[in-house]
Amino acid sequence: MLLDFEQPIADFESKLNSFKELNAKNLENQAIQQAINTFEQELIKLKKETFENLTRWQRVQLSRHPERPYTLDYLENICEEFIEIHGDRNFADDPAMIGGFGTIEGQTVMFIGQQKGRNTKQRQYRNFGMANPEGYRKALRLMKMAEKFDKPVVCLIDTPGAFPGIEAEERGQAEAIARNIRDMFMLKVPVICIIIGEGASGGALGIAIGDKVLMLENTWYSVISPESCSSILWRSWEYKEQAAQALKPTAKDMLGFGLIDGIIPEPLGGAHTNPKETFDTVKKVIIDELTKLSAASPQERILNRIEKFGKMGVFVE
Amino acid sequence: MSWFNREEKNIKTQTTEKKETPDGLWYQCPSCKYVMTTREHKVNHSVCSSCGHHERISAADYFAVLFDDNTFTELDANMSSGDPLTFTDSKAYPKRIVATQANTGLKDALRTAHGKMNGIEITVSCMDFSFIGGSMGSVVGEKIARGIDNAIKMQTPFIMISRSGGARMQEAGYSLMQMAKTSARLALLAEAKLPYISLMTDPTTGGVSASYAMLGDFNVAEPNALIGFAGPRVIRETIGKDLPKGFQTSEYLLDHGFLDFIVKRTEVKTKFTQLLSMLKP
Repeated sequence: MLLDFEQPIADFESKLNSFKELNAKNLENQAIQQAINTFEQELIKLKKETFENLTRWQRVQLSRHPERPYTLDYLENICEEFIEIHGDRNFADDPAMIGGFGTIEGQTVMFIGQQKGRNTKQRQYRNFGMANPEGYRKALRLMKMAEKFDKPVVCLIDTPGAFPGIEAEERGQAEAIARNIRDMFMLKVPVICIIIGEGASGGALGIAIGDKVLMLENTWYSVISPESCSSILWRSWEYKEQAAQALKPTAKDMLGFGLIDGIIPEPLGGAHTNPKETFDTVKKVIIDELTKLSAASPQERILNRIEKFGKMGVFVE
Repeated sequence: MSWFNREEKNIKTQTTEKKETPDGLWYQCPSCKYVMTTREHKVNHSVCSSCGHHERISAADYFAVLFDDNTFTELDANMSSGDPLTFTDSKAYPKRIVATQANTGLKDALRTAHGKMNGIEITVSCMDFSFIGGSMGSVVGEKIARGIDNAIKMQTPFIMISRSGGARMQEAGYSLMQMAKTSARLALLAEAKLPYISLMTDPTTGGVSASYAMLGDFNVAEPNALIGFAGPRVIRETIGKDLPKGFQTSEYLLDHGFLDFIVKRTEVKTKFTQLLSMLKP
């Protein structure tokens, strides 16, 4: 699938490929080779121009790209081993929130994250990455288990929001998220949170209190999605682009506000154009950050965590 | 041709002799239509004496409910909102703030005060729905955080009275992080072993319910308040079905195990006093 701003690049790439085929048939024709070289340079230029100047709404679209790597893709590619752990020990297992112990360069880490589906059937099974209360409760159970065995926690966030349904309310969606937020502040082990796709509101924040909160380059994180914001403030779904501009939810915006700790660069064209490069970058970041964080004592980490979020806010007195 | 003819034209009573009913002498309950005097309604803390309907009241009114002789010290009374995103929808955010301040006489959607409740020293933060739907932005978050700091410093219990539609969109990411900021402070309050009562009033939804409102040692609510994570309209649109009767009311939450008890506004002071007295070290 191609987004509208990906189309010109794809067209260019297919032209380049036909030249390459021609070149293979004509065995190193110099004129063709030269044309290919120019084309390749032009392509890089076009990509840079496109992706450096994306509007906020276009970044939101990239964050939801159907080919974008999801939580399990990361785990399969960055962990040597991974054992998924299910259930909240209370009500059910939530397939929209996954977790388990994995090893990364020999080090055991508790991984937790929302999971989206690739096709219609999977999407339904994963509830579009919208967790229910049992998902948040499973996440907290796993975090406390990680704490017990002194293993760090890494959360991968990718959700269009916590699920707004009757059963979710019945089982205390608000309470589940609130408890996670509070209890994550007191975790004695290092916690790294990475927004890998969509970071929608409380549904994201419910697993996003960390010593380091990072965003991949083409993701968004805010209090509401541009669509919902548009429907509330403009009373129509049509103003999503304006809403995205107004909410300033991109990684660059959020870092500028001091609401996150860093941006993880993506391959030119977005994470989905070169998943391997993305996995390698994320893996390196996790290892580096864990090394840095384990230098501090649990008490220092907890205090820094509380202080960091305590500074967030703009007001006049 | 009409059936009746008026014999004399015009009203004959002199204006000076006109018998007037002063404005606002009567209050009609919007729920049961029962009519009572506004005085009776006010003495009853804006609760209908017939059906018990709880009218939405301001922070100032709630302070009068809780504090002895309505005596208290307000904290951070002048804190006001910034505009970190230069947010504009139909109106620029700073203009919206100024207009709302002028209309309501409030600085933002929350006031904090400390004082005595039946002799017990307490710190209270109370939300004002009339200020942009009681929405939570940086000011609300910061004032709650400082309210909790005050409770820890003065070793008082902390009472939070919520009445809010959720986070304030105009502060986007900043509003979201107020959920984190307030919850972090509550973790410190818990470490200090000071009681936290969260009183939810109509309505308590969104980011407010998904952070400090649900984190009380005691989560309590006024009768028949709307309490939930997602608003009823959003849920109805998502699932495409009508919602069950009484869904997301205080009574529904009590039934499902998310409230410790429901308390009428007229009994809040007595009940909180009893509870906090039992917890005294």
